[in-house]
Amino acid sequence: MKSGLMSFIKRAAAIVLFAPALAMAAGAVVHLDKAPVSTDQAALQHGAKLFVNYCLNCHGASYVRYNRLQEIGLTEQAIRDNLLFTAEKTGDLMKIAMQREDGKAWFGAAPPDLSVIARSRASEFGSGADWLYTYLRQFYRDPARPTGWNNVVFENVGMPHVLYELQGEQVAHVTQNADGSKHVELKLAKPGKLSVAEYDKSVADLVSFLVWAGEPMAEKRKSIGTWVLIFLAGLFVLSYVLKKNYWKDIH
Amino acid sequence: MTTKSQAVLNWIDERFPLTSSIKGHLTEYYAPKNFNFWYFFGSLALMVLVIQIVTGIFLVMHYKPDASLNAAGVPVAFASVEYIMRDVPGGWIIRYLHSTGASAFFIVVYLHMFRGLLYGSYRKPRELIWIFGTLIFLALMAEAFMGYLLPWGQMSYWGAQVIVNLFSAIPVIGPDLSLVIRGDYVVSDATLNRFFSFHVIAVPLVLIGLVAAHIVALHEVGSNNPDGVEIKKKKDSSGKPLDGIPFHPYYTVKDIVGVVAFLFFFSAVVFFAPEGGGYFLEFNNFIPADPLKTPPHIAPVWYFTPFYSILRAVTYPLFGLDAKFWGVVAMGASVVIIAFLPWLDRSPVKSIRYKGPVFKTALVVFVICFFILGYLGVLPPTPGRTLVSQICSVLYFAFFLLMPWYSQLDKCKPEPERVNFK
Repeated sequence: MKSGLMSFIKRAAAIVLFAPALAMAAGAVVHLDKAPVSTDQAALQHGAKLFVNYCLNCHGASYVRYNRLQEIGLTEQAIRDNLLFTAEKTGDLMKIAMQREDGKAWFGAAPPDLSVIARSRASEFGSGADWLYTYLRQFYRDPARPTGWNNVVFENVGMPHVLYELQGEQVAHVTQNADGSKHVELKLAKPGKLSVAEYDKSVADLVSFLVWAGEPMAEKRKSIGTWVLIFLAGLFVLSYVLKKNYWKDIH
Repeated sequence: MTTKSQAVLNWIDERFPLTSSIKGHLTEYYAPKNFNFWYFFGSLALMVLVIQIVTGIFLVMHYKPDASLNAAGVPVAFASVEYIMRDVPGGWIIRYLHSTGASAFFIVVYLHMFRGLLYGSYRKPRELIWIFGTLIFLALMAEAFMGYLLPWGQMSYWGAQVIVNLFSAIPVIGPDLSLVIRGDYVVSDATLNRFFSFHVIAVPLVLIGLVAAHIVALHEVGSNNPDGVEIKKKKDSSGKPLDGIPFHPYYTVKDIVGVVAFLFFFSAVVFFAPEGGGYFLEFNNFIPADPLKTPPHIAPVWYFTPFYSILRAVTYPLFGLDAKFWGVVAMGASVVIIAFLPWLDRSPVKSIRYKGPVFKTALVVFVICFFILGYLGVLPPTPGRTLVSQICSVLYFAFFLLMPWYSQLDKCKPEPERVNFK
């Protein structure tokens, strides 16, 4: 009887495994670069600095409190001295002064809040961090756009390239793929303040900060989880022995 | 027991059936001794229900069902979930327990229902247990659907929009019905508030009542077992079933093992993959609901997808009524038909162990179709996928509707006199 059930389970499992063959790519395939996300405090602090300087004018992070940055190694005084441009108290949320209506009028769409952007941008093509890491490195000059900028992963994006002074200006060389889709090759036409490697590292730090901001307790969650699983594994052994002991006289 | 505590117990027993309830449901409730792996999922479902209620109580203390925008331009409901995740001490774990619990509930309940299919637990005299169970499943679907609106993300919003719109396909009363459900012409603050009310009060009350009825009915007739033979037929001189053992302590200690094993896997998800790869918490749902921006692809949460696929598989209008209406009918029928199993199965034996190759094949095909339908329900439709889902939908219904014939035709093995227990 047992073997009948097992073969049944095996057959069902085989079908389920082959089911993905039914799936065909829905829409365009987006190629994303793997983001080197770091939990290193220096990287997160650098990312926080970039975020406050370059993003936090148009985008809020309105679920994050400034004093939470103490968790990435900043002192309350350092937060107050270096980061507190838009708020009065370190317990305040990272909000912006710009009105949503203004943002909409200026950029075509109100710039989204970035607190959980790294979680919302995940897709079948990669993590949210991968998307952000690719997106922030693939702006190029496009005179047809009102801002003068376009982006490979987010076509006709309303956001201009705010990091251009760091990256420099890229131009696009567009060719057709065999299947008729567009292939965009980017070339650095005018270098910025940073070398390509330095810029990539800066973007990686910024993305790491956004990943952290998306779920500040993620590392704590995992470390607690390890202990929970160890505890449950031990409890399993005890409960199993208890069961065996109770059941030994059942025949 | 000391005479003093005995006196207290007597005092209670004269006024409330405490001792007799403990005996009837635990210490002298005789369960078959041959329960296997599949019999863990009933007690696990009860435990997940408790997890959901307890975590839900704490979430309601901090969650705000309010669709208006806060000063930062984020809907209050959405922001309050992030507030729970960040500013409420321990809030993140309570929220993840609740969101993972929703998916775990369906996993456990699906396995619990499959157990019923395997061993014919729906057969006489357990028809009412099975009907209560189907009603629990329906209530659970309503509970999950309305709960999913509360985080007020894009998938919450558009999923609700799509499902509530389905009701408008019903002739004559449809448009007004969907208006009543939403409380507005689109999913809005009114919808959020009534779904909140249903999710935290109305449906949980119904669920608890049905679960109580499910268990009372079970304890009235006694549990089935993997051999599908009635242990009450063979009793010893004192009237206890020969193959029965008291639920407490034997099955309480055994279920503890199941609970701990379940909690291990459950915690692995809660602490290491609370998004469940985008299936337990959909990525799009981290974007606040925007009534003006329809996402390119709206997929229901994974536990609804088999039924959603059946809905989408119906593409032909009939009797002058929209295909959408017939899709809704098919989806509703695909759940309700489960309740009729006790009268569809005409097999001389209950358990799959003694059923013949026809029933076994039918069950395998049914399970495969259920998985394929579930998988296709996550994906956007293409002509090829629609065809596959149509074939699977037909086979899904054929499993039930043809059962009166194939279950009778089957070459079954004789049932044993007593249960197998090694």
